[in-house]
Amino acid sequence: MSVIIMLVIAALLFAGGFLVAFFWATDDGQFDDTSTPAIRILNDDTVEDKEK
Amino acid sequence: MPEIKEAVLCHHCGEECKDENLVFDQKNFCCLGCQTVYELLQENDLCGYYDLNDHAGVSLKSKDHQGKFGYLLNPEIEASILDFKSEGLHKVTLFVPSVHCSSCVWLLENFNKIQAGVLYSRLNFVKKELSLTYDPRKVNLKEIVGLLATVGYEPLISLQNTVRPDKVKTKKDNRLLRQIAVTGFCTGNIMLLSFPEYFKLDLQNDVDAQYQQFFLYLNVLLALPVYFYGAADYLKGAWVSLKEVWKKNTDSLSVDIPIALGVTALFVRSTYETLWNDGGAYWDSMAGLVFFLLVGKWVQKKTFDYLSFERNYKSYFPLAVEVQENDGTYSYKNVDDLKSGDYIRIHNNELIPADAILMDGKAFIDYSFVTGESEAESIHKGELIYAGGRQKGQNIVLKVSKEVSKSYLTQLWNQQNFKEEKEVAKTKLANNFSKYFTYITIGISVLTAIYWYFVNPSLVWPAFTAVLMVACPCALTLSMPFTMGAVMEIFGKNKFYVKNQEVIQKITEVKDIVFDKTGTLTKGSSYSQMTFEGSNLSDEEGIMIKSVAEQSTHPISKLIVKYFENVRAENVSNFSETEGAGIQANFKDKIVQIGHADFLGIAKNEQHQDARTYISIDGKYKGFFKSTPVFRDGFDSLIHGLKSFYQLHVLSGDKSTDKAILANHIQENQLHFEQKPEDKLRFIKTLQKQEHSVLMIGDGLNDAGALRQSDLGIAISENTQIFTPASDAILDAGEFGRLKTFFDFSKTAVNVVKLSFLLSLVYNFICISWAVTGTLSPVVAAIFMPLSSISVVLFAVILTYYKAYRAHLLKS
Repeated sequence: MSVIIMLVIAALLFAGGFLVAFFWATDDGQFDDTSTPAIRILNDDTVEDKEK
Repeated sequence: MPEIKEAVLCHHCGEECKDENLVFDQKNFCCLGCQTVYELLQENDLCGYYDLNDHAGVSLKSKDHQGKFGYLLNPEIEASILDFKSEGLHKVTLFVPSVHCSSCVWLLENFNKIQAGVLYSRLNFVKKELSLTYDPRKVNLKEIVGLLATVGYEPLISLQNTVRPDKVKTKKDNRLLRQIAVTGFCTGNIMLLSFPEYFKLDLQNDVDAQYQQFFLYLNVLLALPVYFYGAADYLKGAWVSLKEVWKKNTDSLSVDIPIALGVTALFVRSTYETLWNDGGAYWDSMAGLVFFLLVGKWVQKKTFDYLSFERNYKSYFPLAVEVQENDGTYSYKNVDDLKSGDYIRIHNNELIPADAILMDGKAFIDYSFVTGESEAESIHKGELIYAGGRQKGQNIVLKVSKEVSKSYLTQLWNQQNFKEEKEVAKTKLANNFSKYFTYITIGISVLTAIYWYFVNPSLVWPAFTAVLMVACPCALTLSMPFTMGAVMEIFGKNKFYVKNQEVIQKITEVKDIVFDKTGTLTKGSSYSQMTFEGSNLSDEEGIMIKSVAEQSTHPISKLIVKYFENVRAENVSNFSETEGAGIQANFKDKIVQIGHADFLGIAKNEQHQDARTYISIDGKYKGFFKSTPVFRDGFDSLIHGLKSFYQLHVLSGDKSTDKAILANHIQENQLHFEQKPEDKLRFIKTLQKQEHSVLMIGDGLNDAGALRQSDLGIAISENTQIFTPASDAILDAGEFGRLKTFFDFSKTAVNVVKLSFLLSLVYNFICISWAVTGTLSPVVAAIFMPLSSISVVLFAVILTYYKAYRAHLLKS
């Protein structure tokens, strides 16, 4: 088998892995609420700064 | 000149400390409620709340929730709203309307620090939903909800809480996302693997030819999921539509048919080319087409997640009510379990959940919810009170005469039109387009085949399939969703929220506009005003009237108090209230009487229809108060703008008090008063029988039937997130005056879509003229098809935004 054929198959499998990861994320609710985390991440920082 | 002081703002809520100014910890508070919250947060080291946003809190003035959540102690009721229940763990999701800033997120997600026993809390900011996990052995739901209310985040608990959201819907949403992901993945790879073929490499070299062959087979493998999974819904849709046409149920062809035709033609032709002809295949064109179509579909499905367009009475009705037990004590019971004959106790400001007869207490029922009538009605013992009324004043005891779902108001939801899913009627535009498009495409391809059959039979097959392949209704399936999606977003920014894209097209088909009066044309009852007619009142008389009126809880008295806003009230003596007639009291040495003509002993003038409240001081008649409607801002210009384009009607549950005022704007014979909810529904039906497309604008549950029946129902609301009946669109009350701008822009948008249809027809014409010659190469198809789709979409979207800019709908 030629290198390129190996490469193409490997690339497809690799990308397929990301596809599966995407499914996992959607089913897990990753995209259910896209705005609160944006606020949340800022909040935690501010508070930790305070405590220092 | 009054002394100008710098306003003292409450540290918690930011409101001006007007009536009282409490100082605690060197900070000002406007009321005890706000101070309590501050103390609570300070004790728990949560003052970071105020660092995030100044004055982040919610004003706690005039909030009283004492004893309001007692029903949550009832295990059955508690269980009915829990998401999950085990011995040591309860999960619940609550809707918290007052969430408004990042501090809210912070405080509510740190709720476990204030309330012991709460294990975990998470807030969805957009939906304003708080998910709580708590240990029922340490804390109960009543305590949690009570504390939430104390800190200003009172959850809204209604009968709707017991209705579990169906999980099916979220799964379906995921399906489209998955289809897009799979198709996108395959499309990308197919395009990459097709690349070598575009350059028509010299395949003398055996190894290169082998590669090419290998790539081609890989493409087939990758194309299978695209066709059978990605395009599955189009194929199914086309099949269903074909069956309907075959059965002669309808003569309209769904837009799925030309899509399925095109995709199938691409699939069959490519399979043939790959397996038997090893010529160029169109895999990349097919995958790209399906991918674009799916993205278009996704854009089309986008909606405003945080708004509910499907509310029914359950969202407004209380979850539980106090019911008398056999031994005479009261305990909370789920409203759904009420039986006729039960005795229920209703507190101040509570909603009456079922038709019932007044047994004990003074009832002032505010029916604004049901009838739109803004004045509270006084009910006598033994009289019937309809479900949906709100008690104002003291506790009353009622005997239920009809179950909740069979009551006068809720019956509306048993009507036929609520049982059927409101038909997503295919709009004329899409309908006509897909019909003609399909017939013309099939016609051209058949003619092409016939032509080549006689001229050059070897070209029959390639030319026939090529025509089907390139004729893509992408204007309909892509430029329309993107254009309408842009319009939805533009409208959303202007606080006009439409349920879906079809609504925008339906707006342009409207012929008749029906308005509700109270709450729609006029501002809500809290904005009601009184006007006084009669002899001029001296300052002292003003003080007298206000002082006496202040003693009564009757809504009219309250409005009179409001009329004398800047007057200081003093003490009165010998206050007495005669139910349904009036009030009187002694102010120093004078007797002040406020009430009906009979009560004051004045001859009644039967000519007028409006409710008047007369005033007399020491037996001398001074004049009368009457309430005047306060029209929404922009009412005048809106009505005059709409008048020449639409038939306008007004349906009001009120008495015809304001007829004269409205007649200045709208033809008198189009004004209908004292309309019950069913009457409104029937009125819409009569209009529709004349083949008119009817737009209904209303606000209350009494309009729910009409909103549902109309071709397009717009709910108008002061608070778009909470109180709207089921509708097709929700309009923020403040934007009422701009309705016409929205209507006009919808028309502009449809014109933009039509223009993009034209553009795509030009593309189709070019493509098809290539295709009929049978010389369409895969490379040309692969470049031209996505290019045409994208350019049509870009054209439409840019033009839409430009037009929006010109219509002043884009605020920076």
